[in-house]
Amino acid sequence: MVRLITHNLLACHVKGCNTNNFPLQFKDVQIELREAEFNPDFLKGFMPKLEWKALVDAARQLGDTTLPLEQPEMLDDEFLKNLHHVLLEIHVEEGVMTCSNCKHEYPVSNGIPNMLLAEHEIG
Amino acid sequence: MIPTPDLSHLTKEDFEHVYEPAEDTFLLLDALEVDAQDLKNIAPTICLEIGSGSGCVLSFIGGILGPSTLYLSTDINPHACRCTRSTGAQNKVSIDPINVGFASPLYNRLKHAVDLIVFNPPYVPTFEDEVRGAQDTRDIQGSWAGGLDGMGVTGVFLEHVEELLSLHARFYLVAVKDNNLPKIQQNMLKKHGLQSEVVLQRRAGREHLFVLRFVRNVM
Ligand SMILES: C[S@@+](CC[C@H](N)C(=O)[O-])C[C@H]1O[C@@H](n2cnc3c(N)ncnc32)[C@H](O)[C@@H]1O
Ligand SMILES: [Zn+2]
Repeated sequence: MVRLITHNLLACHVKGCNTNNFPLQFKDVQIELREAEFNPDFLKGFMPKLEWKALVDAARQLGDTTLPLEQPEMLDDEFLKNLHHVLLEIHVEEGVMTCSNCKHEYPVSNGIPNMLLAEHEIG
Repeated sequence: MIPTPDLSHLTKEDFEHVYEPAEDTFLLLDALEVDAQDLKNIAPTICLEIGSGSGCVLSFIGGILGPSTLYLSTDINPHACRCTRSTGAQNKVSIDPINVGFASPLYNRLKHAVDLIVFNPPYVPTFEDEVRGAQDTRDIQGSWAGGLDGMGVTGVFLEHVEELLSLHARFYLVAVKDNNLPKIQQNMLKKHGLQSEVVLQRRAGREHLFVLRFVRNVM
């Protein structure tokens, strides 16, 4: 499943592509929404690991504008519910993720990102 | 007792392309069960399995740690990634599989940020070109073909695993005697500051299987 929590952890890994290789840009996506159990502790524990701006941008690309541009200090329930939805309930099932730097395209099919590279592209 | 994951949704055809859990898999599950309480205490935020195959091991870990952990998996074999996903679903563990070798797209963002890593690699000694062929074909051969000493694939990951491990992380690796465990252990300590111990070992047919646990060498 390419959920946004995972997308937030993936960088382009083509040999020599070391700057501006994160986040990957979504294109031609089909998304599915699937309910997941709300787990505030998990969300709070995960927040320090997130690249906030990349998450907000990715959510906006997928049409979700509920997250504030800055990570808030007060983690109220409404915010956590929105975060929960963005991170864990939006599934990119089909589409492409493109590197902003080298333009390499990583296809997503059946919710699984194909990040295999040819031998000469591996660093 | 942690229940063995339900794999009844996988078919004979799946196992023509994807590694069917065997003695090595079960030894790894047993080792994780021995350490279950410690793993719960660490309460990993992120758990990563390299070469997840059927998804049996991650689903088992999901049974130990529950839903407060993010479960990531990689495999070069696309069919394995699909099975991993469906096995997770079958056992109510959300697993996010990535079809890729090792953990390459994750190094950038997960530097010293993964709390639990497991790898049951292709460890069988084969000719050198066999391992290359198997890695390129990305099918069932890739689940066992290990090249010289069976370390052709494992060795590559061992050079980089330290970069992913968080301060209190653990890394579990399946190996066989031919892989030369003392050499692996010494190398990991000297080069990467990772201490290791054999958690369990077992003879299964001609294989002498081991599970190694690596942790940071804290003085
Ligand atoms: C011995 S099987 C283990 C499968 C499963 N984890 C288990 O314990 O039953 C090894 C797995 O590693 C995968 N694999 C081989 N080379 C790999 C690589 N370079 N990166 C990631 N996975 C790899 C194979 O496709 C296979 O699924
Ligand atoms: Zn790139």
